[in-house]
Amino acid sequence: MRLNGRFGRFGGCYVPEILVPALEQLEAAFLDSQQDPSFADELNSLLANYAGRPTPLTRCRNLPQNIYLKREDLLHGGAHKTNQVLAQGLLAKRMGKTRLIAETGAGQHGVATAIVGALLGFDTVIYMGAEDVERQQLNVFRMRLMGAEVVPVESGGRTLKDAINEALRDWSASFETTHYLLGTAAGPHPFPTMVREFQRVIGREARTQMIEQIGRLPDVVIACVGGGSNAIGLFADFLDDDVRLIGVEAAGKGLDGDEHGATLLRGSPGILHGAETYVLQDQDGQVTDTWSVSAGLDYPAVGPEHAHLKDIGRAQYVGATDAEALSAFRTLALGEGILCAFESAHALAHALKVAKAEPGSAILVGLSGRGDKDVSQAEVLLG
Amino acid sequence: MSRYAAMFDRLDREGAFGAFLMLGDPDLQTSARLLDEVIEGGADMIEVGIPFSDPVADGPVIQAAAQRAFAAGVRVADCLDLIGSLRARNSDVPIGILTYANIVVARAGFMRDAAQAGADSLLIADVPAMEAEPFTREMEKSGLEPVLIAAANTPDATLKRIASLSKAYTYCVSRAGITGTHADGRFNADLVQRVKSAGAPPPIFGFGISTPNHVRAALEAGAKGVICGSAIVDLVSRREGVASFVQSLKAVTRNDSVAE
Repeated sequence: MRLNGRFGRFGGCYVPEILVPALEQLEAAFLDSQQDPSFADELNSLLANYAGRPTPLTRCRNLPQNIYLKREDLLHGGAHKTNQVLAQGLLAKRMGKTRLIAETGAGQHGVATAIVGALLGFDTVIYMGAEDVERQQLNVFRMRLMGAEVVPVESGGRTLKDAINEALRDWSASFETTHYLLGTAAGPHPFPTMVREFQRVIGREARTQMIEQIGRLPDVVIACVGGGSNAIGLFADFLDDDVRLIGVEAAGKGLDGDEHGATLLRGSPGILHGAETYVLQDQDGQVTDTWSVSAGLDYPAVGPEHAHLKDIGRAQYVGATDAEALSAFRTLALGEGILCAFESAHALAHALKVAKAEPGSAILVGLSGRGDKDVSQAEVLLG
Repeated sequence: MSRYAAMFDRLDREGAFGAFLMLGDPDLQTSARLLDEVIEGGADMIEVGIPFSDPVADGPVIQAAAQRAFAAGVRVADCLDLIGSLRARNSDVPIGILTYANIVVARAGFMRDAAQAGADSLLIADVPAMEAEPFTREMEKSGLEPVLIAAANTPDATLKRIASLSKAYTYCVSRAGITGTHADGRFNADLVQRVKSAGAPPPIFGFGISTPNHVRAALEAGAKGVICGSAIVDLVSRREGVASFVQSLKAVTRNDSVAE
């Protein structure tokens, strides 16, 4: 490896030996692509003319007006996932791979991977926890419509972490022809660094748009954190600024119980899915099952850079419960006419608290995805 | 002399047969009996898994074994007790632990406890040579011999690193994939040669050893032995005895001497 792949004590490359050459090949392809203007040209053209970048920055009208929404929900595919999937798809082409595999939780990353599979001509297989297949039927159908095979994973808790396990097992046997298109800024090096760079566009645009709209930087930047790709993409260009960064984890049914996905708030350092990071685990090191109303935040580890940002105090991490997220989801729908993803509603839930406490602060919120996938669940939950 | 070195000495040109069992599968009592059975069947070395919730290097058979252990309420401390009682019953057989990094880092003093229980070696499936050094250093301090994996796609530079960091044996994987992957009876003689040239510990093939022919082919490829896992665990899942199966595979190593 040419980079060290560490964020303080976190990160690294904890995978079976057999996968190391595949990750070295990926790191080399990533670093080479960063030096190659033709890669940036092709990616930027796809982001602009295919995916719809730049995405708007929307100032709220009826919610507190100091809240600004970075509208990744308007990106093709319906979430920020498309940014980095297009980039990794181009990398897979450069490496001569013919097949893509991916894990998905809510289905947004699976949909994005199916999109790039269809667009760039890959055989595409999506691993998805059987529990998530049941609660995200619409996204399963979308993936299949675009030609991807969706494999329900029955092992473990049948959610995102189990889908990652299964994708890693597939990749152990298939890496010569197959690129593992990991969906978040987690996993073994080089994924956390690479995915951050490919998602950095969110914060770069938002930074410029804030300056255009209010003539200064926001005071607070808020994003939801599952694996943490939309948050790190939004945070990256603000890390050196005097701007507060807040990541919102899934507090599920409450942080005092076991039914949540608040890895940074309730987990402890460990090693899972290729990286040293915070993990929700028992005393033996067995990874515990998580809960969140949003499948995309239902994950017991977190990107290693967030673990580092927490430990050095550069970012603050808080929780929003299922109930708070659902309330924010409804508030946004009624107030602004926007149906956001349950994941993004966690960020908004916290933003509403900050807006109330600090009416003078400009608050930038990552609206990471749209809520179409969640409306049938919302109908049940909200009546 | 370490128990592995003594075993290779004793076997001389005879191949070593390693039997893998998941500790606590399907429950603690049965697991203790199965450990005795594979030794009765003639296993020269015992490899034991400590179940982990997210075993990314394992196929369905070993995953199911871990699930059975969890269903029986088996904890890491119980696994160390099983090793301790096996060691009390058998002072010579090398015992190696195969598990995952999070199990090792979650429990303060895991390695020391494992060594005190009587384990000889530790292989951490998700710690490759490039991340191994802090772990192997602590293993040596604790009295465990580090074991690392060499795969067909592992470059010579990494094999040199494996040579400098590991002891006991080199766990060789002939084909890409996870445990239980069928090797179709083909074992990579080139890998064995490269492991030997790098000066790494004796090469032993794992993954996909399930028939006498596989054992024969692995030894013909130049390995000093084999480890059979999924095929034994599959018998456990069907509540069948394992001694006679181990016996049938071990017999091959007595008839076919290790190629030099």
